[in-house]
Amino acid sequence: MNHLALIIEREYLTKVKNKSFIVMTILSPIIMIALIAVVAYLSQINNNKLRTISILDESGILKSSFVDTETVTYRILENVSLEEAKIKVNKNEEYGLLYIENFQDIDKVGEHIKFFSEESPSLTLMSALESKLEKQLTDLKLEFEGVDVEKIKASRVRVNIGQESFIGEKTSKIDSVVKLIFGGLAGYLLFMFIIIYGNMIMRSVIEEKTSRIIEIIISSVKPIQLMLGKIIGTSLAGITQFVIWIILGGVLMSVFSLVFGIDLVQPQPGQQELLDQAMQNPDVNAEIQNIVTAFYNLPITNLIFAFILFFIGGYLLYSSLYAAIGAAVDNETDTQQFLLPILMPLILAVYIGIFTVIEDPHGTVSTVFSFIPFTSPVVMLMRIPFGVPIWQQLLSFALLVGTFIFTVWFAAKIYRVGILMYGKKPTYRELLKWIKY
Amino acid sequence: MNNLLEADSVSKKFGNFTALNQVSISVPKGSIFGLLGPNGAGKTTLIRIINQITMPDQGQVILDGEPLQTHHVKDIGYLPEERGLYKSMKVGEQAMYLARLKGLSKSEAKKRLKYWFERLDIGDWWDKKIQELSKGMAQKIQFIVTVLHEPKLLIFDEPFSGFDPINAILIKDEILRLRENGATVIFSTHRMESVEELCDQIALIHESNKILDGKLTDIKKEFKTNTFEIGIRASNNLLLEKELSEKFMVSPANFKSLGDDLKLNVKLSQNDIPNDLLSFLTSKGDVSHFVELIPSANDIFIQAIKNN
Repeated sequence: MNHLALIIEREYLTKVKNKSFIVMTILSPIIMIALIAVVAYLSQINNNKLRTISILDESGILKSSFVDTETVTYRILENVSLEEAKIKVNKNEEYGLLYIENFQDIDKVGEHIKFFSEESPSLTLMSALESKLEKQLTDLKLEFEGVDVEKIKASRVRVNIGQESFIGEKTSKIDSVVKLIFGGLAGYLLFMFIIIYGNMIMRSVIEEKTSRIIEIIISSVKPIQLMLGKIIGTSLAGITQFVIWIILGGVLMSVFSLVFGIDLVQPQPGQQELLDQAMQNPDVNAEIQNIVTAFYNLPITNLIFAFILFFIGGYLLYSSLYAAIGAAVDNETDTQQFLLPILMPLILAVYIGIFTVIEDPHGTVSTVFSFIPFTSPVVMLMRIPFGVPIWQQLLSFALLVGTFIFTVWFAAKIYRVGILMYGKKPTYRELLKWIKY
Repeated sequence: MNNLLEADSVSKKFGNFTALNQVSISVPKGSIFGLLGPNGAGKTTLIRIINQITMPDQGQVILDGEPLQTHHVKDIGYLPEERGLYKSMKVGEQAMYLARLKGLSKSEAKKRLKYWFERLDIGDWWDKKIQELSKGMAQKIQFIVTVLHEPKLLIFDEPFSGFDPINAILIKDEILRLRENGATVIFSTHRMESVEELCDQIALIHESNKILDGKLTDIKKEFKTNTFEIGIRASNNLLLEKELSEKFMVSPANFKSLGDDLKLNVKLSQNDIPNDLLSFLTSKGDVSHFVELIPSANDIFIQAIKNN
């Protein structure tokens, strides 16, 4: 068996058999799901609590607009003063008291509504009350001005701009959102993968240095074989971990939902009302239809190919640099100064992806950064769902491969010298000198 | 071809620092070759060049008649001075991995490892983790891994450091046995007593240059000063000492004797014959001690570096 395969096998097996790796692999999704479940459960309890709100409506014009819901009961108080009402509400441990003062002017009524409560009230509840009252008062004012509210309602016109490209592909805003989610997910996945497993590679190089086994190994194999073996072996372990996370996460998600009856993906009861309203709207069905078509409109084949190629290219580019850093230093604390220049372009790529690609996927900034090799994997992956000409993708990939070959060469040089250097933390200038050794 | 390894004016620079300057050595087949020199002299660089870890700037290395090539790694077994093992791996797994990197098949590696583990009496360590072992124990495993693929050339850099005296002897005997079985050994160390004991040939490197090499016995002849250590019971010790110091260079000697003998180091000049000194002494009293002083490897080491 050749050396590279042996090294990959060892790297993979030691990573996968490592206790903390196993614990992380199993525990991470459990902790994640448990956290989500706890949060969901708690907010459900919170929202399920029946709240009673007393209304003291001195104006008398809003009384009729309060209809009890699943979570809130309204109690209309009559013939009491504000002070008496406050005492009463407080004594009954009700959620709060809504006080509507009487004015001649409807605008003034709106301005002077107050809510009294023991603790500061829930934000969603307040905005729900506000919009309810606002609507009611607006209608009243319209009526007062002699406008027929029914007529206004009837004459409302909906506009939905149908987007279509010149070659006839239908698109929509929903389309953009779906594309964004796909692109963002791909770019972010790559970003996370580089950081997590790049660090793992770096640590494993440092471990070989500190345990002083390195010289024994490189008397049998070439340093570049060892480096590539490490990168590939660690990546395979990383992919294994990712796949387990996804599977385990999915399984746990369904188990939790079944056992606890908590629907983790369902909207919260507070939002239920809004959703119900939306469901009655015939447009929503059309929108769901749109999402489905948007999904089918995605350049799926292109996306998958590009994802695989840019993922591998970008990952190898960065991980070879991580390996070089590991070789250059003696311990992990010394890595900081070298890690920063690596993290900067990565973080930049994610920001560009999030802020610029969303705004204008084919604008100058997005386009330029999708060619620069250190940012291209992330930015290009985010752009591709919006449709990037094949020649651009190929050019960007060619640049990436060229740079990747260069960084591997560069990293191998540093690696070859660095793994045999002990005791001192090198400067950048020394690293450049090593290339000539 | 009598030499297994020949380095031909090998030079290596690291930036402005010259690590090796035109160093040539010849290691005869079947010999134990001592590569000596103070710290930082360039021994490790030379060894790394032989192992193809570092490439020389100039010169070439010839192994068994061929310039060094990649496939030669399996003809060399190298035990570096800075040596360790993967901490979290099991002993057996690790030894298997290192053996297979040297080109042994899985089954062959296992067979040989079992043999060596039994031989060095560590058979029950197979499933232990390295971090459970003491330093000396780990050294044994490194030794086994170095010799396991039966290389033509063995390179040991400070092989005895970390061993207790009993295990040091065990390893020394193993090295001698490997030589008997046809291996050639390069041996880099600061311990002159092991050089004395083991090496046939030596080369001394100092500040990147080779300043001395050859057969150890030849070098000793070259470095001997014609000095004799004598012990004598004369009727008048003081008078005899005076007489001797007129003829030769003398200095007090220090060795164990039973009586209150006169103990001196007597340095003869080039033309003097030892027998003349001996017959002169026998005429003066009872000679209890008459030994030619042979320079030790240690003396040679210090002397050669001072002269340079």
